[in-house]
Amino acid sequence: MARNVSTQSRIGFTIGAWLVALLIFAPILWTALTAFKTEAEAIASPPTFLPRTFTLDNFEAVQDRSDYIKHAINSIIVSVGSTLIGLAIAIPAAWSMAFAPSKRTKDILMWMLSTKMMPAVGVLIPIYLIFRDLRLLDTVHGLTVIMTLINLPIIVWMLYTYFKEIPVDILEAARMDGAELWNEIVYVLVPMAVPGIASTLLLNVILAWNEAFWTITLTSGRAGTLTAFISSFSSPQGLFLAKLSAASLLAIAPILLLGWFSQRQLVRGLTFGAVK
Amino acid sequence: MKLTPLFVGALTLALAGTASAQTITIATVNNGDMIRMQGLSDRFTEETGIELNWVVLEENTLRQNVTTDIATNGGQYDVMTIGTYEVPIWARQEWLVPLDALGDDPEYDVDDLLPPIRDGLSVDGTLYAAPFYGESSFIMYRTDLMESAGLEMPEAPTWDFIAEAARAMTDRDNDINGICLRGKAGWGENMAFLTAMSNSFGARWFDENWQPQFDQPEWKETLDFYISLMNDAGPSGASSNGFNENLTLFQQGKCGMWIDATVAASFVTNPDDSTVADQVGFALAPDNGLGKRANWLWAWSLAIPTGSQQHEAAAQFINWATSKAYLELVAAEEGWANVPPGTRTSLYENPEYQDAAPFAQMTLDSINAADPNNPTVDPVPYVGVQFVAIPEFQGIGTNVGQLFSAVLAGQMSVDDALAQAQAATLRDMTRAGYVK
Repeated sequence: MARNVSTQSRIGFTIGAWLVALLIFAPILWTALTAFKTEAEAIASPPTFLPRTFTLDNFEAVQDRSDYIKHAINSIIVSVGSTLIGLAIAIPAAWSMAFAPSKRTKDILMWMLSTKMMPAVGVLIPIYLIFRDLRLLDTVHGLTVIMTLINLPIIVWMLYTYFKEIPVDILEAARMDGAELWNEIVYVLVPMAVPGIASTLLLNVILAWNEAFWTITLTSGRAGTLTAFISSFSSPQGLFLAKLSAASLLAIAPILLLGWFSQRQLVRGLTFGAVK
Repeated sequence: MKLTPLFVGALTLALAGTASAQTITIATVNNGDMIRMQGLSDRFTEETGIELNWVVLEENTLRQNVTTDIATNGGQYDVMTIGTYEVPIWARQEWLVPLDALGDDPEYDVDDLLPPIRDGLSVDGTLYAAPFYGESSFIMYRTDLMESAGLEMPEAPTWDFIAEAARAMTDRDNDINGICLRGKAGWGENMAFLTAMSNSFGARWFDENWQPQFDQPEWKETLDFYISLMNDAGPSGASSNGFNENLTLFQQGKCGMWIDATVAASFVTNPDDSTVADQVGFALAPDNGLGKRANWLWAWSLAIPTGSQQHEAAAQFINWATSKAYLELVAAEEGWANVPPGTRTSLYENPEYQDAAPFAQMTLDSINAADPNNPTVDPVPYVGVQFVAIPEFQGIGTNVGQLFSAVLAGQMSVDDALAQAQAATLRDMTRAGYVK
């Protein structure tokens, strides 16, 4: 039964939601505004909200010094590639854990999650040596592999949670009708879990897009992604905030647009199974 | 599919990369002089046919990346930009290729390199890195505020004069702080300044047997002086101020004096960024009459890791980037004021450079006043003016820096901080095998 919500509390919730949204959005807005200021204005105290002198010089300087397109292409290949490979591995894995669990399934899930508990720098040297010996340093495919491995536990966990919401009876009905395992997953399970798979896909693209530690450590120019691109604009000596903001804005623009256009899928996926 | 052109583009780029004759990868730090070199490096490619692949990173990230690569013999980089801290440590580990060829090239004129800088980059007389730009530290001060305070800055002031001037220039009502000094914790942040300052007070990190010296009166005197001066005449929140924060304060006219890297001179006198560009004077870092000044010595230098497969091409690039001809190229393209400073004697003898950079002589004097091999009043077993060139120093220096920063923030007393610094440093040095 629908709950009666008074107009007053509805207005209160709306204002509260807007305030929280603005608070979360404020750093991005500030970055965007700073990108159009001069370096001197970017550090002015008291700070200016809107640029006094609107300038595109920072974007020009950023493009002059670095190759945005090359880094953006690397980011797209690594984030989309690692997510697709991750899904291809995680969908069967999550199916088995959700619908054919063994005594040790919970333990395996916990073990997978535990790999995320160690700080990345703890395995830096072994990974670096493996990459060196396999000649994967500074390669896009090497970076795609490491990103797949890093995000795989999250993908499996998310899909497992979504799959658990799907009644097993439907899959059994498909089996009764003679569907083989592959057909059961592709034609029955996947279509029902599309919102969950879509939001997993989007979230992992975003995670891989923003990953900085491995992309900066394992690349040296050719395979650098946009996080490496941004980090090259931070400087210990001299003014750099406006240029750093311009680089950051360019780097987050594609993922911001992706998030904007797919927000319906994202919200639907994230709340999948929350309401029955 | 929309992504197809992007994948084709990436493949084309990858193939184009492998098709070129020879490419070397250069890791460098993001500062003005390095970025200028990157911009001018097309000339090198035109002259030699060697393509350059640039990796420009922020200092801490650069240090982490190149250290990981060189320690694992990764071979990702052919030329690394490293500082005077890394060179002696890495050279002793045989991680760097000796640059003997530079000495054999009469056009390069290795004897023209400034002696303190060259010494800092050599081990047992062999040069392991070529200096791209060098810096020391000195006092930058507001001539107008000094005049209003009725004082005149000597060329080589004492700490007592600096303290008197800082207190006289402080005007809290108008948000003017007599002095701005580093307070942010870190071995390359507050400890660079405080280690150099402590040298002028007769303090040292270790005695000749590697025993930490924080329990000695010289360190207490240094820290008491620094804390009292900053409390009376420093900006609020100074415990989180590093180079960039103080630069901002000075450029906005909120500091009477600032003791920091000589490279800052060009920033504070640049009218595009600084509101006090016309009112800046320079003086040598202060002393206490003990024969050592509170200035440091640093050089960003280019070196070849032994893991590189292209030693010859890398050496060719280093020769080009640190040559006299490169200085002339920068002067012709962007003016003498933009030439990387602090590496060559001939630059400071050049009248055109002296005209373009009013702080040139003071920078040279400051560099010459630093001796990395004899940095302190009493003898020490280590090399380095504002650091101790041992691998453990990054950890130890940052640890002590956090304690001293906490004192500045009012969270701890000087005595407690020194006692903790002594205990922690002794523990780390014993574990590392220096103290038997």
